[in-house]
Amino acid sequence: MTSTIEAHGIEKRYGKTRALDGLELTAEPGQVVALLGPNGSGKTTFVRAVATLLRLDGGTLRVAGHDVRRDPTAVRQLIGLAGQFAAVEPAMTGRENLEMVARLFGQDRRTARASARSVLERIGLVDDAERLVRSYSGGMRRRLDLGASLVGAPRLLLLDEPTTGLDPGSRIALWDAISALVKDGTDVLLTTQYLDEADQLASQIVIIDHGRTIATGTPAELKRRTGGNVIEVHPRQVDDLAAVATALERLDGGEAQIDGDARRVTVPIAPGEGMMRALRAVQETGVELDDIALRQPTLDEVFLALTGSR
Amino acid sequence: MTTIAAPRTTGLVSSTLTITRRAALRYLRTPQLIVMATVQMSLFFLIYRYLFSGAIRPLGIPYVDYLAPGFITTGVMFSGIGAAVAMAEDLQQGFVDRLRSLPIPRSSVLSARAIADTAILAVSAALTVAIAFAVGFRLHGSALQGLAAFGLVIVFGFALEWLFVTMGLLAGNAQAAQGLGMIVFPFAFISSAYIPTSTMPSWLQVFANHQPLTYMVDVVRALTLGPHAQQLLGHTTDYFLIRALLWAIGILLISVPLAVARYRRT
Repeated sequence: MTSTIEAHGIEKRYGKTRALDGLELTAEPGQVVALLGPNGSGKTTFVRAVATLLRLDGGTLRVAGHDVRRDPTAVRQLIGLAGQFAAVEPAMTGRENLEMVARLFGQDRRTARASARSVLERIGLVDDAERLVRSYSGGMRRRLDLGASLVGAPRLLLLDEPTTGLDPGSRIALWDAISALVKDGTDVLLTTQYLDEADQLASQIVIIDHGRTIATGTPAELKRRTGGNVIEVHPRQVDDLAAVATALERLDGGEAQIDGDARRVTVPIAPGEGMMRALRAVQETGVELDDIALRQPTLDEVFLALTGSR
Repeated sequence: MTTIAAPRTTGLVSSTLTITRRAALRYLRTPQLIVMATVQMSLFFLIYRYLFSGAIRPLGIPYVDYLAPGFITTGVMFSGIGAAVAMAEDLQQGFVDRLRSLPIPRSSVLSARAIADTAILAVSAALTVAIAFAVGFRLHGSALQGLAAFGLVIVFGFALEWLFVTMGLLAGNAQAAQGLGMIVFPFAFISSAYIPTSTMPSWLQVFANHQPLTYMVDVVRALTLGPHAQQLLGHTTDYFLIRALLWAIGILLISVPLAVARYRRT
């Protein structure tokens, strides 16, 4: 079986900046791969490379067996792209937008109309199909943009930060739409800055930084590697920060981070009993507290844990 | 290794038409663009026509007959700013990326832009002509010469359009494109469009007499002024025609490859 995406040693330079620096990624049919990384890590550059939008400086990149450099037309037949912006025409209706893209995929008028109709149903915009897109909400535009990437019945869907800038409700609606597609057998490569998004949608996560792959695995595997949650303690007095940090480090969860400006001590804690032991340790210091909270590790902390362990 | 689906590209004509239609709809369904542009244009035309015509006398012909060709020709240049901004917006908002990821000939995107913008510019030039006739502009040559003049305006507009599309591609965002578009002002005002260049300081005349817009305006003027033309403009119609067309070709020779290269590289 041919891999959906095969990327080896991908390099892309912009002047002296190395946007992609030896990136490795393999996506198998039936997988939803999330490319996770901070701003400027090369996520968008990689998606653009897969979408045949830029020339690579090194490495090999194949989509369903077709070399992106040598046979871009074949690749363009197989992909659908939805970028960071909703690339839809505000002065056209939802239906017209989809029919336009379908026509550009080479469908005749009647086929284009049929595929637009079926996509409108899938993205839940049938009732708004005849309205001009300029009257759509941000979430509706993103859904239409997703729809535009679907009218060509792509084998591989490329989604570049599909939910950035959306309110929580629209985000969940878009997640549902993407999950439904995956069930129908579309392969997906999506980029995101949000761990929960990758967690929700992806069967495989590739974490990149500075254009390089630093970790690959299922969401569960990666979480195990990054440890459990993080506890944040806010003492009332700045002078107490050090005492709290020492007490928490004694638990052996990991190094405590002290942020003087925010008057905060942060430390990773072990799953299970970790929380109770941390609370007890803080209580024993006798320090007066403003707040204490348990939360999921942020992307930064995941990076710290992953790069630190190598 | 197995590969899937034979590569197939959608035809150049059909994809160009599809993208052109979108650009045209964008314009037609934003009536405020047309209304604002027309109101603004008419206003300026009327100001020049009725306020300045008293001050600009020594021509031997009514000022409106001098002004109208200049106004119509500079009009197509001013509408180019809109084309630059539209191109930059398409780039900025990911529309160009979407099109480039589709199995269509890449040239169709730029040709669609040029066709749509030229069509729009032709409509707005026709509107300006109508206004000009309404406030007293008359052809002194034959109707055929008048039509030829209008045709030339569209040809010049097409060439300038490519220049603005290139600017839009280079600018990369709408604000920068708008800023770059300001370059039209010195070309419009330091030309023969509104006043004879002989009234300008001599150092300005050097620029004014040799820049493309002056030739373009004057060939249009030569064709509409008929018998008065040569005496007023100092040269034959052919003199201006050849130079204006050479400029138009020169502009195309520089901007088309530049636009294509920039478009490929993004």
